[in-house]
Amino acid sequence: MSASALPILRFDNLTLGYNRHPAVHHLRGEIAAGSLLAVVGPNGAGKSTLLKGIVGELRPIQGRIELMGLKRENIAYLAQQSTLDSSFPIVISDFVAMGLWAEFGAFRGFDYGARQRIEAAIAAVGLSGLENRPIGQLSGGQLQRARFARVILQDSPLVLLDEPYGAIDANTVRDLAMLVRRWNAEGRTVISVLHDFSHVRQEYPETLLLAREVVARGATADVLCEENQERARHLAEAQGDDADAPICHADITAQHHH
Amino acid sequence: MHLIDTLAAMPLISPFIEFGFMRRALAGCLALSLGATPIGVFLMLRRMSLAGDAISHAILPGAAIGYLFAGLSLSAMTIGGLVAGIAVALLAGGVARNSVIKEDTSLATFYLISLSAGVLIISMRGSNVDLLHVLFGSVLALDDAALLLLASFASLSIVAIAAGLRLIVLECCDPSYLARISRLSPLAHYGFMVLVVLNLIGGFHALGTLMAVGIMILPSAAARFWVGNIVPLLLVAVVIALTGSLIGLLLSYYVNLPAGPAIVLTLGGLYLLSMAVGPLGPLFSLLRPRWHFER
Repeated sequence: MSASALPILRFDNLTLGYNRHPAVHHLRGEIAAGSLLAVVGPNGAGKSTLLKGIVGELRPIQGRIELMGLKRENIAYLAQQSTLDSSFPIVISDFVAMGLWAEFGAFRGFDYGARQRIEAAIAAVGLSGLENRPIGQLSGGQLQRARFARVILQDSPLVLLDEPYGAIDANTVRDLAMLVRRWNAEGRTVISVLHDFSHVRQEYPETLLLAREVVARGATADVLCEENQERARHLAEAQGDDADAPICHADITAQHHH
Repeated sequence: MHLIDTLAAMPLISPFIEFGFMRRALAGCLALSLGATPIGVFLMLRRMSLAGDAISHAILPGAAIGYLFAGLSLSAMTIGGLVAGIAVALLAGGVARNSVIKEDTSLATFYLISLSAGVLIISMRGSNVDLLHVLFGSVLALDDAALLLLASFASLSIVAIAAGLRLIVLECCDPSYLARISRLSPLAHYGFMVLVVLNLIGGFHALGTLMAVGIMILPSAAARFWVGNIVPLLLVAVVIALTGSLIGLLLSYYVNLPAGPAIVLTLGGLYLLSMAVGPLGPLFSLLRPRWHFER
């Protein structure tokens, strides 16, 4: 992250959670525009929760998230658990075209330029020739490619990917990771929740290690050191037992300091 | 004159030329096929086929209260049905979300309470003939007012689907994505439910409370065996609904069957036929070699 880059996101003492039980505590700081950031951490560390907070699906219990220079509905977000009904009878090109919603809305017809962009997005994810195939006939990897094509058309300055490579073969991961690199080269900010540390080391210059609170943040090599990982595991286990406890580790430490 | 004589001699057409009530029944079925069937396609795709059935029964007590005050009056029964249908459509969803009762049970309770209440209210004042009328409809006795009502609901539905196709499709196919990118998501959801209730009322007048859903769900399910894309699916479903209505009406005329059940049963036959010979049906997929590397 260059020091001169403007922030695209600012967390102000942010606490997020479900039913008033916090899942991520007291997050502070900024994410610079143009960052390529991996979010890692043990299960239940609050990684997905953080993305849901950023897109506004979850309201902060405390503090706030500021978006700089873009609207919530323009964030491109690939949810881990999507409500997508893959048995719905819609063909790939129509499915991908929904990425143009911000420009065309519910009612305007697609012009020639739009149709070309849809075609180009489908080509970019390697699904050319399958434009008229119903999404129900796609493999898991092909469907994920189609969802990436929809993200391309959303043309958002901020892309959030929640475990995008869940159950996907190596070829697809390689192709999609190349797309992510391209998005970042175009100046977009990409934040990905990931589990595969070797993939993170290879692809992501910056990493945020979460275990319900920030364990470490910065250059990937530094963040993913053995000591930090050990601390994250320790925190996750310590909080695992009373995962519903409304008081967080950070609060306790703060009290000790007083 | 010669042409009409020739047509009147053709058994598939002559009943509609000779008898006004057959022409009216056909016009009513045309309206239902164009309006209610496409709505039924989306109902099916949202896995709400049974919810549609429950809502159609819920219309009955509302229509029955209208009947109590005004007899077999089209407007009174329509308004009563509209109020009851929309109330139950909202309630059933709310109860399922907020209690220990799951949605299917919640729908079943509404359906049973509504049906029994409706039958009871009608019996308080009416005859068995009136009861048969509300349970099974009277597609062969559609008057001008009823036809106009069916035609306006159909027109409204067609315009709404044509204008809001992108919204309705995304609301069915990926609702949380729609909610994130557009503020129109509640409009898509509730607007669709209103269309469902309106078309069920239309179906109620023609086919009765027990079979109104028939012309919505059966052609939709049948069409699903033929095409895998939404717009062709809507068109095929409409064609199947029209075909079924026509055959059903002719059957009722020649074999002297009650028209409503004849139409719905014909649609059921077309559904079974589609399952057997449709390219996306179970038989076909057994015969077809599997694609490699694909699910």
